[in-house]
Amino acid sequence: MTDISTRFLDYAPAPESTSILHLRDSYGLFINGEFTSGHGETFQTISPATEKKIADIASADAQDVDAAVAAARRAYERTWSKLSGADRGKYLFRIARLVQERARELAVAESLDNGKPIKETRDVDIPLVAAWFFYYAGWADKLDYAGLGPNPASLGVAAQVIPWNFPLLMLAWKIAPALAAGNTVVIKPAETTPLTALLFAEILQQADLPAGVVNIITGAGDTGALLVNHPDVNKVAFTGSTAVGRAIARSTAGSGKKLTLELGGKAANIVFDDAPIDQAIEGIVNGIFFNQGHVCCAGSRLLVQENVHDEVVDRLKQRLTTLRLGDPLDKNTDIGAINSREQLDRIRELSNVGDEEGATRWTAPCEIPAKGFWFAPTIFTGVSTSHRIAREEVFGPVLSVLTFRTPVEAIAKANNTPYGLSAGIWSSNGSRVLAVADKLRAGVVWANTFNQFDPSSPFGGYKESGYGREGGRHGLAAYLESAGWGSQTTIAKGATA
Amino acid sequence: MTLDNAVALAPAERATQLIGGDLTEKSLRLHLEGLPGVDAVGLEARAADLGTRSIKTTSKARALDTIIGLIDLTTLEGADTPGKVQSLAAKAMIPDPSDLSTPRVAAVCVYGDMVPCAVEALGSAGGEAGIHVAAVATAFPSGRASLPVKIADTRDAVLAGADEIDMVIDRGAFLSGRYGLVFDQIVAVKEACRREDGSYAHLKVILETGELTTYDNVRRASWLAILAGGDFIKTSTGKVAPAATLPVTLLMLQVVNDWHRLTGEKIGVKPAGGIRTSKDAIKYLVTVAETVGEEWLQPHLFRFGASSLLNDVLLQRQKLTTGHYSGPDYVTVD
Amino acid sequence: MSRIAVAKTYKLYIGGKFPRSESGRVYEVSTAKGAFLANAAKASRKDARDAVVAARAAVSGWSGASGYNRGQVLYRIAELLEGRRAQFVQEISQGEGVSSAVAERQVDAAIDVWVWYAGWADKYVQVAGNGNPVSGPYFNISTPEPTGVVAIIAPQESSLLGLVSVVAPALVSGNTVVVVASEAAPLSAISLAEVLATSDVPGGVVNVLTGSAAEIAPWLASHADVNAIDLAGAGDLAGDATWVDLQIAAAETLKRVLPPEVGVPAPSVERVTFFTETKTVWHTKGLL
Repeated sequence: MTDISTRFLDYAPAPESTSILHLRDSYGLFINGEFTSGHGETFQTISPATEKKIADIASADAQDVDAAVAAARRAYERTWSKLSGADRGKYLFRIARLVQERARELAVAESLDNGKPIKETRDVDIPLVAAWFFYYAGWADKLDYAGLGPNPASLGVAAQVIPWNFPLLMLAWKIAPALAAGNTVVIKPAETTPLTALLFAEILQQADLPAGVVNIITGAGDTGALLVNHPDVNKVAFTGSTAVGRAIARSTAGSGKKLTLELGGKAANIVFDDAPIDQAIEGIVNGIFFNQGHVCCAGSRLLVQENVHDEVVDRLKQRLTTLRLGDPLDKNTDIGAINSREQLDRIRELSNVGDEEGATRWTAPCEIPAKGFWFAPTIFTGVSTSHRIAREEVFGPVLSVLTFRTPVEAIAKANNTPYGLSAGIWSSNGSRVLAVADKLRAGVVWANTFNQFDPSSPFGGYKESGYGREGGRHGLAAYLESAGWGSQTTIAKGATA
Repeated sequence: MTLDNAVALAPAERATQLIGGDLTEKSLRLHLEGLPGVDAVGLEARAADLGTRSIKTTSKARALDTIIGLIDLTTLEGADTPGKVQSLAAKAMIPDPSDLSTPRVAAVCVYGDMVPCAVEALGSAGGEAGIHVAAVATAFPSGRASLPVKIADTRDAVLAGADEIDMVIDRGAFLSGRYGLVFDQIVAVKEACRREDGSYAHLKVILETGELTTYDNVRRASWLAILAGGDFIKTSTGKVAPAATLPVTLLMLQVVNDWHRLTGEKIGVKPAGGIRTSKDAIKYLVTVAETVGEEWLQPHLFRFGASSLLNDVLLQRQKLTTGHYSGPDYVTVD
Repeated sequence: MSRIAVAKTYKLYIGGKFPRSESGRVYEVSTAKGAFLANAAKASRKDARDAVVAARAAVSGWSGASGYNRGQVLYRIAELLEGRRAQFVQEISQGEGVSSAVAERQVDAAIDVWVWYAGWADKYVQVAGNGNPVSGPYFNISTPEPTGVVAIIAPQESSLLGLVSVVAPALVSGNTVVVVASEAAPLSAISLAEVLATSDVPGGVVNVLTGSAAEIAPWLASHADVNAIDLAGAGDLAGDATWVDLQIAAAETLKRVLPPEVGVPAPSVERVTFFTETKTVWHTKGLL
């Protein structure tokens, strides 16, 4: 009964069933608690693994953005700001539970629409979505303890624009703290990944969240621009490219809108010669090939101590030959599809630059499917700090390998970037780990691990990786106004009369 | 370093080649303590990740047959009798009387005094090319006996026809840092595996990882056992909890992979104890295939030390063959 | 016949030294009634550039000092200010045209504000940071760290208190500062610089520019090696440029921007934490 001709490692297909999904042919905008048709030009969302259409999606124009912001404003003034924190929390708990109940459906939809492997959506994205709502649900009636002084005030209407790399998770990162803090929301998912946000709208209906508290509008970049620049929003939260983040910082300048930006990165993953080597290899793989490298905090610059460079690269290559690229819905897929043709072109272009600059390319042996957008895991060795692939964010499964000789040099090279989102350190020497962690200019430092996320753990960047933190107590500060610290102000009272 | 540390060790070939001709307690210690550390969290996360592979349909069928062919069907009880061993041998030869296409197991594993009984019961099905007889030796499971006793224990089993010897290391010596003592004992037991015709019984070195406790210790002990000449490194006696775990086995496979990268030589790995279900065993197959390569999924390079595992695999196998779920009354009790 | 006073030359304070503007320019500082007080240096963009270089060079030393050490160094400033109280009172009452009593209150408040902030140096980390109970085998802690180089446009009124109220909080965490003093009343800023120069505050940690904020601020706002900008006193800039233009310029390198305030900012720990970055460190916790 056994077919000996195939390799055991050629695991038979193990596709996750899509029968759990009940998608509509088309989705409108979710405004004031209901789906409405948009006035912009309808677009399609496709599966990047097959290039097949999934559904027609409405596009919000200025009129729709107005309507969404107006709905959020009404909900803020009439309902949400009048609810107790405990009641807001109950809605968030409900949402968390509904996400858990519909977890498999959401995971399948996310893999379908985004192209990321089902094992990631199933084991990482969706569980974290539920965790995020649970975490912030509990904060809603404890804002006095958030570190902003007593009675911190909500801001009003939050305009949120999120990326395509973790579509529903980024939605959770944005919506959960905003609602817990008492704000209402208009959120725009990315153009290529609107699906789970729209399923989430159904969850909001099931949760009976008051109409207008969360409004979900779909569309491209111009819709996002209309939203963040709308005069009646009080708060702008954006996750995405540094270029767009910069534009938002410019366009909101002087508006008084509170702004948080979660932007790009070019993280150094530093491997010392005393690293736990097998775990470091896993960490390197997880650092750059998790989610096809579509991760702003990806460990895209591997800094290896020179005396273990060959050893690390050899082991890494051996490990990469076991990665399985293909159908995102197959439970054994490690590397899914690149999210869009545009992104694939960008990855190809920068990789070609790597060749031209004289770095040595190595590509994992993967069979590339005929349809869809794919890029095999790739390593560039012989990269120096001046190469573009060592400086620019590729946002794909491409690792640049650089070397260093001493801890001081490692720190200098790691910090030698306009970005500052994350970094990794691999060493068995705890004292060195902590000293290096101290000196790295990055908002998240993973020591002997990488790409860990938790709702209680603040996440966000230094320098051009943006400002503000998401997650933890710190994440609330982005959605609250301190009511002042009372007695502190007495020192200088009367002196400025 | 004390002078004692400079005491020369038995000149085991692998160790001499890797560490140098002046093999001493000191040079061995320096080598073992210079091995890279293990981060427990990362190791366990990797093992858990490998455990999420979904092995379905044809792959599952292949996996189940592979598992059967890798089993050391084991009975290691004080209450073992010739009848019990005969029954075990019969099961080894014909695991599933209702389906004669079922492969045979790799070996039966018994106490040394039961070896003649096992050899006789297997008859022509045994021998070098057939189902092996493995004997636990060296004052199994504690290892608390003098070296002459351990050697005698080993010789006795080899003389009685054991194809494989599963020895235990002196964990007390290892934990107190007397690596040279552990090393010399393995070398001596290996020598005791030598038959009159100059061939050797295969030597599996049981680390008893549940007593070594830390992953760093497991890595050092694995290296030590390989350097001293072990053909296999084995996790556990089955008498100490925890016995085999996926992270420990993964770690031992990583050492074996390192050794292979370094020397081209292939060392076997045997997780033993605690693997009771097909689902668990398949995780081990995945771990082997993705760590050292599927070439290792052969009896001379990988074994499961198990007793109840076989019946669970047979139930699963019947399910795949018939399309419906089977029950315990449809497989034989040992 | 009364004694002929010895007049002081007011210069810039950059990298621990008191240079004249590289441009050679000065501008006349006068009393509220228009009497000549001094020719203050009129800093140029190149002075601003030099000040940023000095501030950057001072970051690692100042931010690397322990909070306890920074706290003591800052407290020492308050001691020195107290000793020069009379000088500041005179400068303020002359420059701002206020009574001695008002000037005294301002100086007292400035000293008290300075003491208040000095005490934060070894505490703000505990208030702004915390351990995080992540669901996994990880040690995880979030701590604030200084942002780096902070450019500050000091409030135009209450020259000493205004200056202290924006400079002190930025220094607490270990940032270094380039501050543009009150344009009309810059003299107490330079006198404060003299205090700093004779204290244990390393050169380059505070750099004081006098002159036109409207002229200098755009260069600081767009400078790629400035990490944050405090526009406290930029609400009413002379000329065409507005603080919004500064914020737009700052967006190019995603600087942290604190918008203008009316009057003197009240003491607040948020002024300390605003110029910090929260770093979260994860480390595995494995027993085996």
